[in-house]
Amino acid sequence: MSGFFARYPLDLLGAALIALGFVVDWRLGVILAIWLLAWRANTALARFSTPGTRYLVPAVFGATLLALWQITVRLYDVPGVILPAPTDIAARFAVSTDILWADFVQTFVKGALSGYAIGCAAAFATAILIDRTPFLRQGLLPVGNFIAALPIVGTAPILVMWFGFDWQSKAAVVVVMVFFPVLVNTVQGLAEASAMQKDLMRTYAAGYWQTLIKLRLPAALPFVFNGLKIASTLALIGAIVAEFFGSPVVGMGFRISTSVGQLALDMVWAEITVAALAGSLFYGAVALIERWMTFWHPSQR
Amino acid sequence: MPPAGIFPDQRRGRRMRRVVPVLTVVTVLVALWYAAVAPMNIHGAVDIAARGGMAVTPEAPAERRAMGGWALLVQNTGAVPLTYNLDRPQLPAPHQVAAELWDTTAMKRVTSKRSLIYHGWITLSATLLGFAIGSVMGIVLAVGIVHNRAMDMSVMPWAIASQTIPILAIAPMIIVVLNSVGVQGLLPKAMISAYLSFFPVVVGMVKGLRSPDAMQLDLLRTYSASGGQAFWKLRLPASMPYLFTSLKIGIAASLVGAIVGELPTGAAGGLGARLLAGSYYGQTIQIWSALFGAAIVAAALVGIIGVLQRVTLKRMGMAEG
Repeated sequence: MSGFFARYPLDLLGAALIALGFVVDWRLGVILAIWLLAWRANTALARFSTPGTRYLVPAVFGATLLALWQITVRLYDVPGVILPAPTDIAARFAVSTDILWADFVQTFVKGALSGYAIGCAAAFATAILIDRTPFLRQGLLPVGNFIAALPIVGTAPILVMWFGFDWQSKAAVVVVMVFFPVLVNTVQGLAEASAMQKDLMRTYAAGYWQTLIKLRLPAALPFVFNGLKIASTLALIGAIVAEFFGSPVVGMGFRISTSVGQLALDMVWAEITVAALAGSLFYGAVALIERWMTFWHPSQR
Repeated sequence: MPPAGIFPDQRRGRRMRRVVPVLTVVTVLVALWYAAVAPMNIHGAVDIAARGGMAVTPEAPAERRAMGGWALLVQNTGAVPLTYNLDRPQLPAPHQVAAELWDTTAMKRVTSKRSLIYHGWITLSATLLGFAIGSVMGIVLAVGIVHNRAMDMSVMPWAIASQTIPILAIAPMIIVVLNSVGVQGLLPKAMISAYLSFFPVVVGMVKGLRSPDAMQLDLLRTYSASGGQAFWKLRLPASMPYLFTSLKIGIAASLVGAIVGELPTGAAGGLGARLLAGSYYGQTIQIWSALFGAAIVAAALVGIIGVLQRVTLKRMGMAEG
C-alpha cells in the first residue's frame, strides 16, 4: 500500500482533493472528480506520441471543459440569464438557424469579407508603391507600426457616421483595421530577398517588374501571409464591434447587443459560436492557402 | 551600424536621417487631413451660410444634398473658411481636435466629468489591472505548459485556436452578466482586458521558454543542474525578448478590451463611454479627441514597455547593440 502511494503521489493528492470536495459539498466533489479523472486520462494519453494523440488529447480536454460547464450549470442550478448550459445553447442554435444565417451573411460576408478584400488589396498595392522609394518606406513604416498598435476599433463611430448604418460602414472599419498589419508585413517581406539573390537577377538582365514577380514577391509571401492571418482575425472583430455603434436590425453585433439587453444569453452564446466557427474557418482557410503557396518555406515543411 | 558616440555629429546625423522621413510622412498626412476637411464639411457649412443670408449656388437644400462634396465646394468657395470651424463637423480639422484635447486635459480639473484625463484614468486603471492579471496568469500557464507534457498537448491548441475567435464580441455579455451578479466598476472591464492580454503572453512565453536549444540544455545537464536551476538560469533569461514582445501586444490588446468593455455599460465614464456618447449626440470633435486620447495612452504604454525591454535586455547583456 505504501508502495502505491510512493509511486503515485499525485493520484493520492487528487483523491484527497476529491474527498475534501465531497466533504464541503457533494456537487463540488463530483465536479472535482470528473476534472481530475479526465486530467489523469489525458496525462496517460499524452505519454504516447502517435499522430492520433496529437488530436485526441486537446479534443478530450475541450470535451471535458464542455462537460464540466454543463454539469456545473445543472448541479448548481445556474440561472440562464447568467450562464446557459451548452445544451441550451445548442438547442437555441438549432431553432434559430435562419436568424443566425442572416446575421452571418450581413456581418461576415458583406461586412468583414468585403472589407478584408479591399483593405488587404489596398495595403498590398501601397506596400509595392512605397517599396520603390526608400524615403517613403523609412517614413511610412514607423508610422504604420505605430498605427497598427492603436485601438483602431475606436474609429468605428466616425466611420458609421460617414458611411451609414448598413454594411458599408462595417466594411470601412474592417478596411482601416486590416490595412496597417498587412502593409507593415508586406513591406518587411519585400526587403527579404538577399543582395546575392537580387544580384543574380541582375546578371540575368531582369528588370524591376521581373525581379519583383519572380523573386521578391515569392520571397515576401511568408510575411504577407503572416499579415493576412492577423488581418483575418481582426476583420470579424471590426465588423462586430462596429455594429455596436449603429446597425440595421440584422447582424451579429446587433444581435449580441440586443440579446444582452433582453438577457437572452443563449442567443448571445449561439452568435458567439457562429463567430468562433467563422473566425476559425476563415483563419484556417488563409493558413491553407499559405501552405499551398509557400510550400517551399522551412516553416511549412 | 558603426559604434555610436565617437562623433556626436555623426550620431545626430543618423538620427536625423531616421526622423526626417517620419516627420515628412506625418506632415503629408496632416496636410491631406486639412485638404479633406473642406469637401467633407461643405454641406453643413453651406447650410449655415444659407441660413446666415449668404448667397449660395444651388438655392434648394435638396439639390445641395444630392451634390458631391467637391462639386459643391467649387461653386461655393466663400463657405470654405466655415468648414474649418463647424460645431459638429463630419470631419473636424486637426486644430479643432487639438484645441479640444487641450481644453479637456489642461483646462479642466482632473476630477471633472468633462476632463479627458478623468476618463482616460478610468480606462487606464482597468487596462493596467487587467494587463497585470492577464500577463501573470499567462506566464504561470506558460511555465506549466513547458514543464508538463499533458498540459502542453491539451491547452496549447486551444490557446492558439482562441486567437482566431473574435473574443471582443463577448465583451458586452461579460459586462452585463457580471453586473447582474453584483460585480461592477473596474473589475468586469479588467477581466476582458486580462482575457485579451492572456493569450499573446502564453503563446509568446511558451516560445521563449522553449528557445534554448538542445545543446544549451545538455550543457546544463552536464553541470548536473536541476530542473529548477535550468529554469531560472537558462530558460527564463532566454525567454525575456519573447516576453517583452508579447507584453507589447498584450497591453495594446488590453487597452482595446477596456475601451470596448466600456461600450455597453452606458456612459459610466472612460474613453469608450466618451466615444459612445459622442456618437449618440453627434459630437464629432469629442469622438476624435477621445480617439486621440486612446492613441496617446496606447503609444505611451507600448513605449514604456519598449523602454523596460531595452533597459532589461541591456543589463542582461542581450541588447542588439
